[in-house]
Amino acid sequence: MLTPENMAAIKLTLELAACVTFLLLIFGTPLAWWLARSNSRWTAPVGAVVALPLVLPPTVLGFYLLLALGPSGYLGQLTVALGLGTLPFTFWGLVVGSCFYSLPFVVQPIQIAFQSIGNRPLEIAAILGAGPLDRFITVALPLAKPGFFTATILGFAHTIGEFGVVLMIGGNIPNETRVVSVQMYDHVEALAYDQAHTLAGAMVLFSFFTLLSLYAYQKARSRKQANFGISI
Amino acid sequence: MTEMLKENGTTSIIKIQLKLERNNQNNFSLDVDVSLSVPGVIGVFGESGSGKTTFLRSLAGLQNLPSAVINFNDEVWQNDQIFVPTHKRSIGYVFQEDGLLPHLTAKENIEYAIRRQKKALEKGLYEKVLSILNIESLLGVFPDRLSGGERQRVSIARSLLQQPRILLMDEPLASLDERRKREILPYLERISKHFVIPILYVSHSVEEIARLADHVLVFKQGRIFEEGPPNSVFANENSLIGLSDEVGVVFDGDISAWDESWELSTVTTGCGDLFIPKAGKLVGAKIRVRILAKDVSLIETPQSQSSILNQLPAQVVELSKDQNTAMRLVRVRVKSEQIVARISRKSIEQLNIVPGKSLWVQIKAAAVLN
Repeated sequence: MLTPENMAAIKLTLELAACVTFLLLIFGTPLAWWLARSNSRWTAPVGAVVALPLVLPPTVLGFYLLLALGPSGYLGQLTVALGLGTLPFTFWGLVVGSCFYSLPFVVQPIQIAFQSIGNRPLEIAAILGAGPLDRFITVALPLAKPGFFTATILGFAHTIGEFGVVLMIGGNIPNETRVVSVQMYDHVEALAYDQAHTLAGAMVLFSFFTLLSLYAYQKARSRKQANFGISI
Repeated sequence: MTEMLKENGTTSIIKIQLKLERNNQNNFSLDVDVSLSVPGVIGVFGESGSGKTTFLRSLAGLQNLPSAVINFNDEVWQNDQIFVPTHKRSIGYVFQEDGLLPHLTAKENIEYAIRRQKKALEKGLYEKVLSILNIESLLGVFPDRLSGGERQRVSIARSLLQQPRILLMDEPLASLDERRKREILPYLERISKHFVIPILYVSHSVEEIARLADHVLVFKQGRIFEEGPPNSVFANENSLIGLSDEVGVVFDGDISAWDESWELSTVTTGCGDLFIPKAGKLVGAKIRVRILAKDVSLIETPQSQSSILNQLPAQVVELSKDQNTAMRLVRVRVKSEQIVARISRKSIEQLNIVPGKSLWVQIKAAAVLN
């Protein structure tokens, strides 16, 4: 069964993923809304920056974050000035790094969901007397619900799977930054294959069931739409 | 009559100035300066691309044309400094299609609207609107389970229950097939009868506008080409580019008699009594009659040996060109109304038709619009 070290790594990983997903839903939603609805010429460059973690090796991202968050980086100086100390090699450093790393997995599904709503439902709501915030809460959010579901699952699952960024800015500190993927690496390095097996098996099962629930949800939704006929 | 709506209906004056120059591919421009005093239904008629939908959307604040000036009664909705957003304009708007919020049932859609109005819902209005539009049985249904016609009826009910100061309708029937259109039209007529609310009704269908409107604006290439009562507007061929078969006149009349054995109604109109098959049995009922120019012919003397029932004395007012160069449109006065006939140039020569001449009109067919 799982050793206390493995359990600690799993607990830390779930905490990290929950924290990152929560923060990304809070900050990613307005960003996704802006990307989906704004006519600004800045949407293309900002959209590209959001998507960068999809193509960059995580170590590259981790490297820059390490420099920026370190004592001589701008962000590092800011956090020191705020009395927070430097973030690399702490849990919150991991949170910041993971937020960047998982950003596209949360922002893009929400952005696509907002785009697919179109103008019409928001125009209807305005005609019916709903102001901008009211329209966002009572029309845009409920209609984008499938996007939020996908974003939550992908953001959470992707944070659990990261390794490169963690290693670069988190290191390997038990109960602080030693998440499952790093623990896994340690076990293999130490030739502790038994422990590696249980941890790896647990990860495979977890990831499988996460994705299964996502796809089952999406399929149920599309079947429901097919039954109800076109709604565009 | 619904009282709350009556007070709005009698005095509304809308002043609208719109200007839009867009010189990319489609070369669309809009230049409108119109003042409307609106009790009743104002038909906004024009081909697609003539600017009528843009006109309606700017009025609703859904489109912000930079140089627009819009006043509703004494209230400024838009000028150089002010732009009142849509949700503060107190308007109802019926979209061409998909006018319901898809994640809410019909009832929730209606409640969504009612909850957001400053004015309390007039007592009894809810039940009255639901029964006039016959949607009581649809309330629990989501929009994607409703037919196109049902969706429009719910949309219309919802917009009436907003108790708006003006109701804007953007081709509310355009997405429906002929059968469904005919189902909805009577509901629209009932609305204009039961509620004194100003309605701007946009359509490219002569029939719909002729049937519903009290006043018509004809849009052409982004300008108001003509305005007036449907009678004079639809008698003008230039208002109906590409639709010359639809040139004709529209006027109101009362059923004054019903002959059971021949199934003929006598309809008393401004041009005299007309015999119209099955126009209605209910003596005293008000109906609207449309007579197309192609169904009217001119003769020197009344003919007793004719199969045509309606022959009336008339006097020629003017002649005008027709799109078909072999034909002319002849406008004649028949008592207090005018009728337009489409006549070949040859007949005009043979009968020596000139303004002022007295002759007779034969009316082959008259359509009853309601």
